[in-house]
Amino acid sequence: MTPLIVIAAALVLLIVFVIGIYNSLVGLRNQVDNSWSQIDVQLKRRHDLIPNLVETAKGYMQHERGTFEAITEARSKAMGAKSVSEASKAEGALGEALSKFMLVVENYPDLKANQNFLAVQEELTGTENRISFARQSYNDQVLFFNNKTQMFPSNMVANMFSFSKRDFFELESSTEREVPKVSFS
Amino acid sequence: MWELIRANKRNSVILMALMVVVLLLLGYVIGSIFDPAGGFLMPRQQMQSPRVIQTNYAGFWGMAFAATLWFILMIVSFSSGDHILLNASNAKLVTHDEYPQLFNVVEEMKIAAGLPAIPKVYLIPDPAPNAFATGRSPKSASVAVTAGLLGRLNRDQLQGVIAHEMSHILHRDILYVTLAGIMLGSIVLISQVFLRSMFYSSMGSRRRYSSGGKNAGQAQLIMLVIAIIAAIVAPIMAYLLYFALSRKREYLADAGAARLTRYPEGLAGALEKIAGDPSPQLAAANKVTAPMYIVNPFKKARSMKLSDLTSTHPPISERIKILRSMSSGVSFKDYSDSYTRITHHKTIVPAAALTKEDIALRQAGAEAKDKQRTEQMRQVGDIMRKINQFVFLTCLCGLKLKIPPNFKSDKVQCPRCKRIIDLPAK
Repeated sequence: MTPLIVIAAALVLLIVFVIGIYNSLVGLRNQVDNSWSQIDVQLKRRHDLIPNLVETAKGYMQHERGTFEAITEARSKAMGAKSVSEASKAEGALGEALSKFMLVVENYPDLKANQNFLAVQEELTGTENRISFARQSYNDQVLFFNNKTQMFPSNMVANMFSFSKRDFFELESSTEREVPKVSFS
Repeated sequence: MWELIRANKRNSVILMALMVVVLLLLGYVIGSIFDPAGGFLMPRQQMQSPRVIQTNYAGFWGMAFAATLWFILMIVSFSSGDHILLNASNAKLVTHDEYPQLFNVVEEMKIAAGLPAIPKVYLIPDPAPNAFATGRSPKSASVAVTAGLLGRLNRDQLQGVIAHEMSHILHRDILYVTLAGIMLGSIVLISQVFLRSMFYSSMGSRRRYSSGGKNAGQAQLIMLVIAIIAAIVAPIMAYLLYFALSRKREYLADAGAARLTRYPEGLAGALEKIAGDPSPQLAAANKVTAPMYIVNPFKKARSMKLSDLTSTHPPISERIKILRSMSSGVSFKDYSDSYTRITHHKTIVPAAALTKEDIALRQAGAEAKDKQRTEQMRQVGDIMRKINQFVFLTCLCGLKLKIPPNFKSDKVQCPRCKRIIDLPAK
């Protein structure tokens, strides 16, 4: 009789333990998804701002057709991106195009003093920062989640219910990595 | 991060428990004096009765009174504590339209901290550069900055300050300051009322103490002395407890800010500017709310030794040095190492949060230029006016007019070219 009770108790404990790990894994995965959606929101914001930026700057910078085209193209590519790794790549390129554009702006003092442009610029700075901070927080979450899915004993539960590890949101271009923040102020 | 929050919660509970003990003891001791059994407030014949040694009910009444007072204050401050504080500082709510940069910076830090909601942003019309966070939980928090702060800092520095406040919210310091502040307030209130009433009643009827039955009178006198000592010592103890922990939390919020922004220099630069500022001290600040601010709102530091114990904030110069010597990374571990290097004290970061995190510093972007100081101050002033519903007009001669909302007439004369301008209908 007693061994039976012991075995039953052990089984119940084990089940409770597995349930606990399973729930924490689900919680972490949802957090990862949530922080990804945060990035997504900010990326959309960036995409929406670009036409504005181009519109304000166009009148002042008629000779910089190439820069504008680069931005517009990078934007449409980024908007079409499907997976995390694809999006990382496309957004990296867009960020690079934007910072090149901002370098060119330095040569147009009239534009730099324009109130509308200053407002768009502040919005863009804010958005760039938001993206980099959202990326930062997403990567922290992914690290946490991946650790949990790969470390013993939670990895067993993760394998059982097929929790797969997530991709980091890395920036492809090396220049962007050196200067992750676009500061115009 | 979570380890730190957990450790912080535990520390808060310990501190609160200690303060509760101090509060209840104080209530008990003070209550005991009013014990009718041995009481000097009662007629003589009763005093000589042998009931002196009986259970001290009055002591428990005192305790109950202290607890009730604390409870009431607690309810008040829980339901509207942040509003009281914000109203007292005359803070005005800011939206994105009125001040995009400030609002953007707050949202950036909210994202970095992973808070569930954007804190409400307030602007305080005060030239002293300072900032604070308040509220009960990360879901319903507020951040307030002074106009003086906005007028002086560049974007990166503002980000550092907001990150510091965001860390207070994230570490649940805002709740702790509210709770501990009320506790401290109740203790101070009770002892002040008691000491004052003692002072006046002893002036009025000195005879009461001397003319008791001999034994009862003596016991009473001893009780009284104990109560007076308790009433003097209890607030001091509560203050020291409160300040010791709030100093530590200030360091931790700095560490949190460095971690969130990945850029310790932003906050360091901000602190440097604030420290070097000649403005008078913040108008709406007192000793109990002081720990909420990013730097101590009281300028005058007394003698060095005393201010070490009683100040709510660590010395600014030390905070700057610690932030600037973080060269290898921005995790809590890096801050802690840097702290030990500068102060030669043991770490202030809870051991559980000291796990090795490999977070690199962010490189400064294009060197953030400081705008012209007067220009920036003027912009902040205009924003203040916009919030206060001033009407902005530009005269044909180019002069900008800023008309206060309580301006009665519907025409105004330009002070430069003497033209009469019609005000837009409200």
